[in-house]
Amino acid sequence: MSVTTVVLAGVGGQGTILAGDVLAKVAAAAGLDVKLSEVHGMAQRGGSVDTVVRFGEEVFSPVTDAGGADHLVAFELIEAARRLPLLKPGGRLFVNPRTIEPLPVLIGELPPPEGLEAVLAGEGAVFIDADVLACQAGSPKSANIVLLGAVSTGLGFAEELWREVIAARVPSSTLQANLRAFALGREACMRGECA
Amino acid sequence: MARSLLSGNEAVARGAWEAGALVGVGYPGTPSTEVLEAFACMPGVYAEWAPNEKVALEVAAGSSLGGVRTLVTMKHVGLNVAADPLLTLSHTGVGAGLVLLVADDPGMHSSQNEQDSRNYAAFAKVPLLEPSDSAEALAHVRLAFDLSERFDLPVILRSTTRVAHSKGLVGTEDREERERVPYEKRPEKWVMMPGNARVRRLELDERIGRVREWAEGSGVHTEVPGGGPVGVVTSGVCYHHVREALPGAPVLKLSLTWPLPLAVVRDFAERVRRVAVVEEADDFLARGLRAAGIDVADVPLPAAGELTPRKVAAAFGATVVPARAALDDLPPRPPLMCPGCPHRGVFHALRRMRAVVTGDIGCYTLGALPPLAAMDTCVCMGASIGMAHGLSLAGEASRPVVAVIGDSTFAHSGVTGLMDLSYNRGNATVVVLDNRVTAMTGQQDNPLTGRTLMGESTVEVDVPALARALGIADVTRVDPFDLPATESALRAAVESPGPSVIVVKGECALLAREHAEPFGVDEELCTACAVCIRLGCPAISKESSGKAAIDAELCVGCAQCVQVCKYEAIVATGPACDVGELR
Ligand code: SF4
Ligand code: SF4
Repeated sequence: MSVTTVVLAGVGGQGTILAGDVLAKVAAAAGLDVKLSEVHGMAQRGGSVDTVVRFGEEVFSPVTDAGGADHLVAFELIEAARRLPLLKPGGRLFVNPRTIEPLPVLIGELPPPEGLEAVLAGEGAVFIDADVLACQAGSPKSANIVLLGAVSTGLGFAEELWREVIAARVPSSTLQANLRAFALGREACMRGECA
Repeated sequence: MARSLLSGNEAVARGAWEAGALVGVGYPGTPSTEVLEAFACMPGVYAEWAPNEKVALEVAAGSSLGGVRTLVTMKHVGLNVAADPLLTLSHTGVGAGLVLLVADDPGMHSSQNEQDSRNYAAFAKVPLLEPSDSAEALAHVRLAFDLSERFDLPVILRSTTRVAHSKGLVGTEDREERERVPYEKRPEKWVMMPGNARVRRLELDERIGRVREWAEGSGVHTEVPGGGPVGVVTSGVCYHHVREALPGAPVLKLSLTWPLPLAVVRDFAERVRRVAVVEEADDFLARGLRAAGIDVADVPLPAAGELTPRKVAAAFGATVVPARAALDDLPPRPPLMCPGCPHRGVFHALRRMRAVVTGDIGCYTLGALPPLAAMDTCVCMGASIGMAHGLSLAGEASRPVVAVIGDSTFAHSGVTGLMDLSYNRGNATVVVLDNRVTAMTGQQDNPLTGRTLMGESTVEVDVPALARALGIADVTRVDPFDLPATESALRAAVESPGPSVIVVKGECALLAREHAEPFGVDEELCTACAVCIRLGCPAISKESSGKAAIDAELCVGCAQCVQVCKYEAIVATGPACDVGELR
C-alpha cells in the first residue's frame, strides 16, 4: 500500500499540532491525498498528545493503530516509550531525549521511569537534541521544526517545498529561526546520525 | 475549484457560508467548538455564542423564521440541553434552512459520556446526515440546508471527533447569495398549542415520508463494489476504517442515516452474501436494519470506544500487523491545571476544610485529580449547584457542602440552580470560579467576560448583583491568589446558615500574558514537608531528597506556593534558562 503514516507524539504545548500541519501541507502541495488527525481538549492541559499524518495516492482512515506508523517522531522520552507500539517493524524512530515529568512523578507518587533511552536505542531510535538545536537556531520554541527537519530526510519531499510551507505557516518574526531549525534537524540526520 | 486542507469543523463552517447562511449560533464544546469560530471569521455573516444550547437553538429557530439560513452548533451532551425545542421544531418546521451541527465524542476524549446523537434524530423526527471526512462535511452541510428548506424540517449534521478534528483536502466554491425570505404570520405553523400541534404532527409524518422517498432515490449514498463473505453497511468515519481494514469488501456507506433508506440497504443486501454493520457509539444502524427484517451478521466489534482500522480488521478475522508490546510501568500523563491557574488556590483551601465539593464541567474538573483531589462529583453542566443543595437536604452536617462552578457554566445552567437554592433556602455555599473566559474549550467569551464572538465589547453580567437579586444576602468576592483570604472567606460562608455565594475572580493563566519573575526553592530552608507539592503546580517537583524544586521555565510567579510554605523556603530567583532537562 502506498500510504505513509507519520506519528508525532509529545506533551500538550510542545508544538506537535503545528508540526503535523506543516507536514500535511507539504504532502498536499506535493499533490498527494492527505489526512491529519489530532485530539484537542483535555489533552492540551499538559497531557499526552499525538498527531497522525497520513499521505499517499488515496488515504482512508485518519487514524492509525499498533504497528501502523512508518515514522514515529517523539518530542519527549516517556511519550516515545508510550507510543512505541505504534511503530511498524522496521519503521524510523526519532526521539528528542528530553524528559517532561508527568504529575504523578513530579509529586513523588510514582518513580521516574528508568532506562528508557536504552530501550529506545535498542529499537533503533535516532536521538536528535531538538531543544539544543532549537536554541542554536535562535528560538527555543522551534524544537518541533528541528524534529520535522530530521524526519523530512526520509520522506522524499523537496527541501524547497518544506521551506515554502514553513514560511506560510509560522509568524514572520520567527521565520528565520524556524528555517535554521529545520536545516539543523536535517543536517543532524545527514551527518549520518540517522540510520 | 480551490483545494484546501481543512478540518471537518472548518469544512462545516465553509459549507454553511457557501450555502449562504447568514447567522451562526452555538455553545462551545469539544469537539464542535471550532465550527462557529471559523464561521465567525467568514465575510458577511453574524455569529454569536449563546449562554447554552437550548438558547442557541431557539435563537436559530427565530432567525430561520425571519428568513435567513442559520447554522447552530453544539456537542453531543449539549443536544440534551437543546432537546426541548428540537422535539417541537420538527413539528413547526423552519423558515429558511436550519442546520444543527452536533459533534459526538466516541471514546470520550473530552466528554463525560459517549451518547450517540443519531438517536435524537429518530426521537425528534428530524433528518440526519453523517459526513465521513472534511470534504463530505462541506458537501453535506450544503445538502442539509437544501433538505431543510425542501422538506420544512431542521436537519442534523452529526460529526464525531475524528471527523471534526481531522484534516483532509476539500474543494471549495463560491458563496451562493440568497434573498431573505420575508416573515409571514402563520400561527398554524408556529404556535404549537395542542390544536395546531396535532395537525402538524400528521404533516410531520408526511414530510418525513417525503424525505425517505428522496433518500432512497437520491444517490447520496456511496456503494463500493467488491467480493468476499460480507457486505458492510456503515456511515461516518467508520467507512474509512472499513475501506482500510477490509480492502475488496463490498461497502455501502449511508450518508442519511435517519430516516433509514431501507430500500437502498435491501437492494445492497440482495447482492452480497451476508450483511454486517460497522458503527461506533451505539448500534443505531444495526437495530434499524434488524427491525426492518434485514439479517445482520453478529460481528464482535467493541461496543464502547472509538473504532480504528485494526479493531475492524480483527473483528472480521482479517490479519492484523504484528506490533511491539506496550512498555509497562510508564507513568500516566493526566491533564493538569496550568502553572498560575487561579483555581488551584480555591481547591487547596477546600481540601484543607475537608469540604464535600460538588463540581462541574470545565478546567476546574481537574481539581478532582491528585494531589488536590478536592472535588467529589462531576455530572453535567450546571449540576454542581443542584447537587450541593440536594446533598445538604440529605442532612450531611459533619462536613461543609460547597458547589464550584465556572463562569461560562454558571451562565449556561448555574443561574437556575442558584435560584432554586435561594428560593428554597438551601444551606450550601456556591463558589463561582470566574476566570474571565471559557478556558477548557480554548478561550471563548461568555456573558460574564464582556466581549462577543464578533470581537465587540458588551455588558458584563454582574454576578454578585445577580445573586443578590435572586435573594441571596451572603455574597462575597475574593482573590484566589490570596490564599489566606480565600480560605477565610470560604470558612465564613459555610459557617453562616442559609445559601451563600463567593465569587472568586482571577484571570485564567492563559489570558494573563505578563508573567511575574519565577520563584525558586532555597534548599537550606526547605524541610521537605511537601505542602507545596500538594498544590499540584506542574512547575513544582519533588527531588529524590524529598525537597521541592521549581522549574523556572514553567513557573509564572503567581506566588500561591509562597503562601503555603511555612518555612519561607520559596524565594524569588532570576530569569529562566531556555533549555529543559537534557540527557
Ligand atoms: S486554562 Fe486557565 S483555567 Fe484552565 S487550567 Fe489553565 S489557567 Fe486554569
Ligand atoms: S509561583 Fe509557585 S504555584 Fe505559582 S506558578 Fe510558580 S511554582 Fe507554581
